[in-house]
Amino acid sequence: MWGGGGGGMGGGWAPWGGHGPGGRAQWMAQQGLRRSVDAWDDEELGAAYNHEVTVRLLRYVKPYLMRALISTIGVVTGAILLNYQPAIISDAVNAAVAGDTNTVVDKSLILLVMVLIGWGAQYTQLSQAGFIGHRVLLKLRQEMFAHLQKLSLRFYDNNEVGRVMSRVQNDVTSMQELLSSGFLTVFGDIIGLAVIVYVVTSRNMELALVTFSVVPILIIVTFFWQIYARRAFMRVRQAIAIVNSNLQENVSGVRVIQSLSREDVNAERFSSLNEDNMRANIEAGRLQAAIMPMVELISAAATALVMIYGGHKVLQGQLNLGNFVLFIFSINLFFQPIRELVLQYTQLQRAMAGGVRVFEVLDTHPDIEDDPDAVDLDDIRGEVTFDHVDFDYVEGVPVLRNISIEAHPGETIALVGATGAGKTTLTALILRFYEVTRGSIRIDGIELKKIKRSSLTRRTGVVLQDPFLFSGTVKENILYGRLDATDDEVTEAAKAVGAHDFIMKLDHGYDTALHERGQNLSVGQRQLISFARAVLARPRILILDEATANVDTRTEVVIQKALRELLKDRTSFVIAHRLSTIREATRIIVLEHGQIMEMGTHDELLAKDGIYANLYRMTYERLEEPTEGAVEELPLS
Amino acid sequence: MSTHLRLLTFLLPYKKQVIIAWIAVALTATFTMAIPQLVRFGIDTGLKPPTFIDTGSKIAEPLRADETTMQLTEPADVSVGQKVRIGSENMTIESIDGTTATVERGVEGTRVVAHGKNSDVRRVDRDRFEGSTRTLLIAGSLILAAALLRGVFAYWMTYLSEWLGQHIAFDLRNGIYDRLQRLSYAYHDKQQTGQLMSRATQDVEATRMFIVMGVLRLMQMLLMITVAFVLMAFSQLTLALIAWALLPLIAFQSIRVQGRSRRIWMLIQERLGSLTTILQENLTGVRVVKAFSREKYEEAKFNKEAEKLFDANYSQNKIQSFNNPFYQTVGSLSQVAVLCVGALMITKGNLTAGELTAFIIYLQLLVQPLRVLGFVVQIFARAGAAGERIFEILDAESAVKEKPDAVTLTSVKGAVHFNHVSFSYDAISPVLHDVSFDVEPSQVVALLGPTGSGKTTIVNLLPRFYDVTAGRIMIDEIDIRDTTIASLRSTIGIIQQDVFLFLATIRDNIAYGAIDATQEQIIEAAKIARIHDFIMSLPDGYDTWVGERGITLSGGQKQRISIARTLLLDPKILILDDSTSSVDTQTEFLIQQALAAVMKGRTTLVIAQRLRTVKNADQILVMKDGTIAERGRHEELIAQDGLYREIYDLELRDQDEALRRAGIITEASIEGTAS
Repeated sequence: MWGGGGGGMGGGWAPWGGHGPGGRAQWMAQQGLRRSVDAWDDEELGAAYNHEVTVRLLRYVKPYLMRALISTIGVVTGAILLNYQPAIISDAVNAAVAGDTNTVVDKSLILLVMVLIGWGAQYTQLSQAGFIGHRVLLKLRQEMFAHLQKLSLRFYDNNEVGRVMSRVQNDVTSMQELLSSGFLTVFGDIIGLAVIVYVVTSRNMELALVTFSVVPILIIVTFFWQIYARRAFMRVRQAIAIVNSNLQENVSGVRVIQSLSREDVNAERFSSLNEDNMRANIEAGRLQAAIMPMVELISAAATALVMIYGGHKVLQGQLNLGNFVLFIFSINLFFQPIRELVLQYTQLQRAMAGGVRVFEVLDTHPDIEDDPDAVDLDDIRGEVTFDHVDFDYVEGVPVLRNISIEAHPGETIALVGATGAGKTTLTALILRFYEVTRGSIRIDGIELKKIKRSSLTRRTGVVLQDPFLFSGTVKENILYGRLDATDDEVTEAAKAVGAHDFIMKLDHGYDTALHERGQNLSVGQRQLISFARAVLARPRILILDEATANVDTRTEVVIQKALRELLKDRTSFVIAHRLSTIREATRIIVLEHGQIMEMGTHDELLAKDGIYANLYRMTYERLEEPTEGAVEELPLS
Repeated sequence: MSTHLRLLTFLLPYKKQVIIAWIAVALTATFTMAIPQLVRFGIDTGLKPPTFIDTGSKIAEPLRADETTMQLTEPADVSVGQKVRIGSENMTIESIDGTTATVERGVEGTRVVAHGKNSDVRRVDRDRFEGSTRTLLIAGSLILAAALLRGVFAYWMTYLSEWLGQHIAFDLRNGIYDRLQRLSYAYHDKQQTGQLMSRATQDVEATRMFIVMGVLRLMQMLLMITVAFVLMAFSQLTLALIAWALLPLIAFQSIRVQGRSRRIWMLIQERLGSLTTILQENLTGVRVVKAFSREKYEEAKFNKEAEKLFDANYSQNKIQSFNNPFYQTVGSLSQVAVLCVGALMITKGNLTAGELTAFIIYLQLLVQPLRVLGFVVQIFARAGAAGERIFEILDAESAVKEKPDAVTLTSVKGAVHFNHVSFSYDAISPVLHDVSFDVEPSQVVALLGPTGSGKTTIVNLLPRFYDVTAGRIMIDEIDIRDTTIASLRSTIGIIQQDVFLFLATIRDNIAYGAIDATQEQIIEAAKIARIHDFIMSLPDGYDTWVGERGITLSGGQKQRISIARTLLLDPKILILDDSTSSVDTQTEFLIQQALAAVMKGRTTLVIAQRLRTVKNADQILVMKDGTIAERGRHEELIAQDGLYREIYDLELRDQDEALRRAGIITEASIEGTAS
């Protein structure tokens, strides 16, 4: 009752489940755990206690059983010692009143010993539990990351990077407090309450019953409060999520925003989201501010009851002064865990919601996994067979239909077609980024599903239209293609694609650190590095998806030459719009709406005078048809 | 510490609320501290427990249970018939003469026992509880009333501290946002999104905690400590001094731990940032990771960094594990000392039971503040680190600054002049060296040259994404550094290489630069950009969401949206950067038409890697190693037989052959193009 209007940060947790029913949100939280999600839905998670989360978290504690045991002993010892203190104080007061100085000194010494042991117990508990907590967080982070690596591209198509990130970062962090001290403190609090109830009832059962008569009021008040609190704190979490995602987008898109001079509008918009967040928080703060005085008032009522009823009993000689004082002290201790819980309610709620989301990630079933009997291909020849392959991203919306191709080593297959015809998807299937819907793809006659993905990609090189580089040095980025390559091999690969010269001109050559996504290089330069990366991998199958779209002509010629050498007995799939590239292909496949419309060499297709010939003419006739200014001849790829 | 002071300056706009909060804090503390006094009143007045007053005299010899005469060490101030107490036995004085007294023993039912030498002789002031239930009722009611009042003020205190904390967080977030929006490319080139995000989220949160806990809670705690000390000192000075003897230990420990903690918090935040970066790259680059099966490699990278974060977190935990119990234990030790000394004082009648109870309650009350202090120390340390990181953003000077007397560019004709422009990103290696050229309004300038020769840099200098290192750039004879940045940039339309679309509808993305645009204008722009038909083919038309949760657009579609976006701005000067390199022939055809429409009547700087693109440009600038190697029109440059010719031959031979094989051009036209 004298908690001073609240103010502890002390990680006091108590299970809420006993008081309030989980309700809709909790049910959904539990459902969420079981669901295998394609796209996560941010359900409204408001329960402050979730049994499933708790149980699963406890499983992570298993490797640290010894530490957990030590910590538990610390908690129990600490809880008993702390909550037994009023009994000793009461004895000392009785002795003092009776003039028994020896007992006073004895009791004081006992109390001193209790305090010192209590210190040791608390230190042990916190350091051990902290170790376990941070260790579990580490494990959760690592497991989530590892799990994310297993999920297929279908997952990434459906879930924004920002949202996935927030799960690995924010949701894990939100459990930190719960893990490092929360669970054990709850346990300690329960033990503590038991000790208090034992001491108090054993000293005077009647007064104990009178004092605890306020407890039902407390339960009712907190029950109604948490209904409001749950909603308010949920709004808080949603509001901050919106603020953060807006911020993230604006930081990533800052260049466009500046070039369009949209800073003011965006700032206004951000400010209004930021304000929504502030309002939601202040509203939640109001609830937080309201509950504490109520708890304190109830605690004060208990003290007043002891004062009046207990005092009356003292006057009648039915209670000694020491025990009267004991009751007064015990009330404070009794309300302490409740006070802490109210203070930590938001955090508890956040931690549980975080737990649900974290496990949701871990439970997301990877839809592409190596077959248990998948073979590890040491080397592959590079026969690629598409056998009546159908594919759709969304059921009922076919992207590829009835694709049959047989590609042999040494063949260069050019994929031609309008945007959205399915060219990139087709190459993605070779890499098993997605699983085919019907039909099958075989490499060297072996079903793709029966080949270990790692052995497949080891001999497959890919250069994508949008080159992605990691922060790190130029060398590290090229090495990504084959980790055990020597420096000479790296240089050789760079030379082969004409990247060597510009790399040498960078401040630190191959050791130049790249900024996030390689932004200190031009797109063309990035593409060259990603090309070198693919070349270094010495692939048997090469996929070039607009690989040279952003490099200048001279460099492209260098690459073309290198490729001619490189592709000699490899199988390659090339998506390109430059005729020079397409023309050199051994076979051209024309795709339209996910179907193969034409297949053959350049000359064959021209002779056929179909779609390809038409496309070809469209490109070149315009060249010879001067219209106004230079406009007409803008970058032709 | 200056970081903290600076954080506090953010409270200045909210002086009124701070003052009200402080008043609430003071009143809360007052009523909190009143309660132990009421408990004391209840015990001492409501119960009136038995009291014994020390006579200062002791028995000189042991007193056996059957003895009634005793020798005192010195004369005691007691009269015949008065009750005294030795040990726990009451007696009545029957006669007293100097140091010899006779007594009737076992008075009031106390047990007759033997007493040792030097046992205190105490006068019985009151030997039973003499209080009244009425007084107890008053005490109980007062306690409730005080709790009620305290509750009211505590509500305002907590509410206002949350209010203030949220307002500060709001201001900081807006400040960070605004700054990040206005910092030039040079700044963003060096920053990682993950690091910036962690500052705007976690560090702001840490700062908010500092305001709530540091400014208000801490004040409350300090006030409570002071009030408690004053009340205790007035009640019993010696006991108060004993209670506070250990206080310096707490101050000492707080200072000791502060610096170390702050360093660790800094480390934690940094490592969290690195982890974020790895994660973000991994997720954005998922295709590359999968294409090379580098999952294990990525895991190792992440795990290593996560372990580092664990180390930092664990160091922090170790400090906290020691620190928090330490504060609490110091409080408990004081309590033990007070109990021991206080109880002994009661036996001598120097202290009432109510006073001792009040003392112990005070110390119990202070355990809470002391515990909070442990956290406040951490929060201070953390806010120091967080504040530093936030101020790093807020204090970052944009390399591109607007002059105070900058003029607004109006009715621009579109002439562009580069006068001896040099530029370097890092002041060491020059990217552009002494570049000069002039462009007449509505002219088309083609920039070409090898990758990294400085083409992109030239077009980034014109909208002042970077400022020139030397020389100057002028639009219509006005130095661009003398104009307002907003008016300069709205004069220039850019169709970038990487088309960035926002998570919004197609409509919003097209109108991104021109929010006031009407639906008609948007559709008109989309039509000119040859994207309207495609948009209309979508189920939701212009209201279709793009981005990760919406539809995925192809490169060509994105580009045309970006062209429509630029069209709406109606810029006088246009910058095209490799715009149409990654689309199929049909799409390209559409884009060509779109671009022709956009470029009409605008000065255009185009980075072109296809020679065909530049054939009809008014001016061609061939870049090499940051200088203009050749310039002129197509025919002139061909005649020069230099770099341009070299590139030209490479490209043309290839294309000519293609055309010839296709059989769609005549011999004559080939000769025409080749000459």
